[in-house]
Amino acid sequence: MKIKEGGVSRTAFQIFNYTFLFLLMLVCLYPLYLQFITSISHGLEVMKGGITLIPRNITLQTYTTLVRGELFMYMKNTVVYTVVGTLVNLLMSCLCAYPLARRTFSGRKFFTAMVTVTLFFSGGMIPMYLTVRSFGMMDTMWALILPGAISTYNMIIIRTAFQSIPESLIESAQLDGANDLIVLFRIVIPLSKATLATMLLFYSVTHWNSYFDAMLYLNKKELYPLQIMLRNMLIGGLFNEETAIAGASADSFAVTDATLRAAAIIVTTLPILIVYPFVQRYFVKGVMIGSVKG
Amino acid sequence: MAQTAAAKKQSLKRRFVRAFQRDKWLYLIMLLPFVYYVLFCYYPMYGVTLAFKQYKPKLGIIGSPWASNNGMKYVLQVVRDPYFWTVFRNTIILNIENLIITFPAPIILALMLNEVAHARYKRIVQTVTYLPHFLSTVVVVGMMNSMFNSSGIVNQIIASMGMDKINFLNDAQYFRPMYIGSNIWQSVGWDTIIFLSALSGLDMQLYEAAKIDGAGRWKQTLHVTIPGILPTIIIMLILAMGRIMNVSYQKILLMMTGTNQSVSDVISTYVYRRGITKADFSYATAVNLFQSLVSLLFVSVTNWISRRTSETSLW
Repeated sequence: MKIKEGGVSRTAFQIFNYTFLFLLMLVCLYPLYLQFITSISHGLEVMKGGITLIPRNITLQTYTTLVRGELFMYMKNTVVYTVVGTLVNLLMSCLCAYPLARRTFSGRKFFTAMVTVTLFFSGGMIPMYLTVRSFGMMDTMWALILPGAISTYNMIIIRTAFQSIPESLIESAQLDGANDLIVLFRIVIPLSKATLATMLLFYSVTHWNSYFDAMLYLNKKELYPLQIMLRNMLIGGLFNEETAIAGASADSFAVTDATLRAAAIIVTTLPILIVYPFVQRYFVKGVMIGSVKG
Repeated sequence: MAQTAAAKKQSLKRRFVRAFQRDKWLYLIMLLPFVYYVLFCYYPMYGVTLAFKQYKPKLGIIGSPWASNNGMKYVLQVVRDPYFWTVFRNTIILNIENLIITFPAPIILALMLNEVAHARYKRIVQTVTYLPHFLSTVVVVGMMNSMFNSSGIVNQIIASMGMDKINFLNDAQYFRPMYIGSNIWQSVGWDTIIFLSALSGLDMQLYEAAKIDGAGRWKQTLHVTIPGILPTIIIMLILAMGRIMNVSYQKILLMMTGTNQSVSDVISTYVYRRGITKADFSYATAVNLFQSLVSLLFVSVTNWISRRTSETSLW
């Protein structure tokens, strides 16, 4: 419809615009696609180079080698951290958001100020590290979960959602004898499902993708998450030796560092790639809710 | 006089007690979050005093004695450390370059998306360009390494055109372009969301009026669209200025090599190395303090300028 408006220059612009956006999509997808075809190609072919669009001499040996290593251990760790971490995040954020959303709450001003300050100031890396250490959380999963139990930004989004629930609904429940804890879990949380679903996604992606906290607080290999495994493979140490031994018996050049790294990237990203198309609109919605409040 | 003051105090106390009784469930619910904020936000915030202390692990942050030189020992050490000024300069240059190049990109993309008439195509482009935002830093750097190393696809193409291969990953002069380029790749799509929502809120009547005045598409963009989303742009710019000193050090740590360190080492990576790797806690905290001060300065100045010139500000 709009295309008809402007004549030749308008049409030329539209062609340019559509083409540019198409190329942009390719740029966004190609790096992942390249990793995928690298991971299923024969190591020797990858070494020779020239794999750009189609995999060559397809083999799954890279993946079987990866699985024979300690992949499942790392993956299990990541799943545990993500699930427990996200549950703690959601619970704590809701507990914090509810009183702040109640307009009649006498401590509202004080607690709102206390929370807002943390948006602008923080102790920084070293005091945080020493804090976690002094609480005896080194080499436990709590070091990855408790220090970030509430993301103030996300909590404010939840508070905004809670505020949109009519106060009269809460008051009538209280007249029926319900205390605030019951109101929160029976009325407010069920009515805010859409927002909480968005937060669930935000929090869980953050946990799944984080590597730095694990690098700071975990020294035991059996506690490492998937992202640390990948990082160590990139730096090139640890993993190569193990997998080289595991792969030595088979066709020795089928699996190389390059194909192993590619496969590890795919395995690490796969859960996000699978879930992403279905939840994408929730993510966007979450950003919108946040932006309303500034 | 004294009596009324005492009475006032009494009634204030009574009011407080009554409010507390009325809201006791709310206070109870707030208890865990309160403990969280004290332990993991305010206690570390107090930990910044470490910059002025002689840290003794057994005494903890609170118990450690003040450092010599009226507590200024480490701050002075930082100021006199020539390497600190190198990383300070690196931080500022990297961030300003990054801001100038990264900031306009999503605005342009949002304007381009806004011109797409087919809702379906627009949605597909959005879905695809948001995707890189959800990939982990390790994955992004991993893909970058494999594409740009000496045998990677980019150098294969360069070699096939008969040119010399480029050492993108180790050569110091390519660090900033690689860092900024990958930042754009990761965030350009996702960052359009906020601008697209501003665009969808624009008043269609303004466009009708502009059309009657004979303005074409381009003039409409220039005189209606861009002024319309300007407040959003300014707010986003102030926020970006506030973050100017917090480079994504997690990514830099992964990209850093022995040969690009002269350019890639920034304040946060220096803090990490001195503090965590070498356990030089007070010194590292003092270094970090400078970073916080500079970013506070940046936000305040930008906020002041924008309030003066456009009446849009954070506070």
